[in-house]
Amino acid sequence: MNNPSNSVPGLPIDSQAIAPASASPTRPFYWSVRRELWENRSICVAPLIVAVVVLLGFLVSTIGLPERRRAVLLLDPAKARAAIEMPYNVAAMMLIFTAFIVGVFYCLDALHGERRDRSILFWKSLPVSDLTTLLSKATIPLAVLPLITFAIIVVTQFVMLLWTSALLILHGMSPASTWTNFPLFQQSLILLYALVAIALWHAPIYGWALLVSGWARRATFLWAVLPFLAIGFFEKITFGTSHFALMLKHRLMGFAPLAFAFNAHSIDCPQLTPGKYLSTPGLWLGLLFAVAFVTAAVRLRRYRGPL
Amino acid sequence: MACIEARCLRKTFGTTIALDGVDLRVEEGRILGLIGPNGAGKTTALNAILGLIPFQGEMKVLGRDPWGARDQLMRDVSFIADVAVLPRWIRVSRLLDYVGGVHPRFDRAKAEGFLAKTTIKHASKVRELSKGMVAQLHLALVMAIDAKLLVLDEPTLGLDILYRKQFYDSLLNDYFDGTRTIIVTTHQVEEVQEVLTDLMFIDRGRIVLECSMEEFESRYLEVMVNPERVVAARALKPIHERAVFGRSVLLFDHADHEQLAALGEVRRPSIADLFVAVMSNQAGHTQGAAK
Repeated sequence: MNNPSNSVPGLPIDSQAIAPASASPTRPFYWSVRRELWENRSICVAPLIVAVVVLLGFLVSTIGLPERRRAVLLLDPAKARAAIEMPYNVAAMMLIFTAFIVGVFYCLDALHGERRDRSILFWKSLPVSDLTTLLSKATIPLAVLPLITFAIIVVTQFVMLLWTSALLILHGMSPASTWTNFPLFQQSLILLYALVAIALWHAPIYGWALLVSGWARRATFLWAVLPFLAIGFFEKITFGTSHFALMLKHRLMGFAPLAFAFNAHSIDCPQLTPGKYLSTPGLWLGLLFAVAFVTAAVRLRRYRGPL
Repeated sequence: MACIEARCLRKTFGTTIALDGVDLRVEEGRILGLIGPNGAGKTTALNAILGLIPFQGEMKVLGRDPWGARDQLMRDVSFIADVAVLPRWIRVSRLLDYVGGVHPRFDRAKAEGFLAKTTIKHASKVRELSKGMVAQLHLALVMAIDAKLLVLDEPTLGLDILYRKQFYDSLLNDYFDGTRTIIVTTHQVEEVQEVLTDLMFIDRGRIVLECSMEEFESRYLEVMVNPERVVAARALKPIHERAVFGRSVLLFDHADHEQLAALGEVRRPSIADLFVAVMSNQAGHTQGAAK
């Protein structure tokens, strides 16, 4: 208050610079997400390993590529495009599938591991609310994993493109057939859309896994999966129908026909149908379930101590 | 202002009563030792204070309801709930990053200063440290937090005597400043005797003894008497009696020093002696009456 420099004009800038240092603003959410990444290195490592395997597989598959490319280019353009696109789409799908598996197993351990190793007592000794903790954990499968997957897929596809181009040039062919049939920039936008659609569609699955990991004392995977199998079998045996199994399949795979319109007479690059996707009740119902599961997990963590 | 104020604290687990109507008041600037046998309700009481478990009754910790606002309470309260609760996978440097990132009252330079006095390396993971080093690390983190209340639940369990001594020394020299409040539970009573300002014995969910250390020192006396004087000594109503090498040691509450000196060698009992006396009176209440 009696600081003499207070009268100096232009001080507001100065005091602004000092204020944050003394108040040391904390960012519990940001640091909680980083903490999750430190603990669960598989979030980055698993997709990277799969990417390397995919690239190695692709490398082997390109033996004799120039001859095959010549044959492919004799087909009609749609079929040629499908054939050229195919390995890129397979690579993307493998990585998306990997991310899903990593996400589910991450969630199943997220609230169980901290109770198992008693570190929950340490986390709870810090001024981080259960809500912040749960949101940071839910962010991993819903935002962080899709972003990592996106980056790895784009890089993988780019390497594949470069390799193919080099091979074709070495054999005196133009690499243009690859780049025009698989335009990387346009494809990466489609990929981004697909990743968002998949993450939102799978949100209730991750929410359920988080809830089970906070609730079960052991065998989180079994607790998460067996009830659904049991209901499915019960329905099959009792009524001879499989509505429940179809519902589960729809929750796993149902995003594809909703978010994309696959062309009936050619396997051309699919049309994006965000309108149809966003107006599907199943999407919003799923998100509602996800919010309910995460809310329940927040409540549960408050009561939970070490196992 | 009281740091902790609780009335009629009750907590049951199924049919087990862990806390049976505890009234508690801890003033600021005290170092309270909460002492009791296994299963007495010490940890339950601490967990209730820290907002880790719901409870019946009323409690205010630093003016807040602990169960309703744990995350806010933890800005002003630190605790070491047990040895070895630090996550084993984390690196020391990242642990400092994280605590600095989420705790507004954490002074990283201070923590680094404490760590510099130890052999703990920043690049080590917690799982690579010995049990004693993990305790040192946790203490360094906690001491670098400018908290009003520090709760320690068996903070030195399983550590060797050097680490235990060092633990309480740094706590007193580098942390306690007379305004902070510390609550500690331990089975190694003799080690905290010099540290405490207040003493509380708890048994089967109830507080059975509550006094300040000054009061403890003025109230309780122990006298060692030869067999021929035991009857005279017993007439003064000791609260406990035990035999040592053929002589009897009798513990008195509010006895006259000179009267006792006439019977034998008078000395001040340790907390452990008083603890044994109080607890065996609790447990042997019906047996004693039968005798």
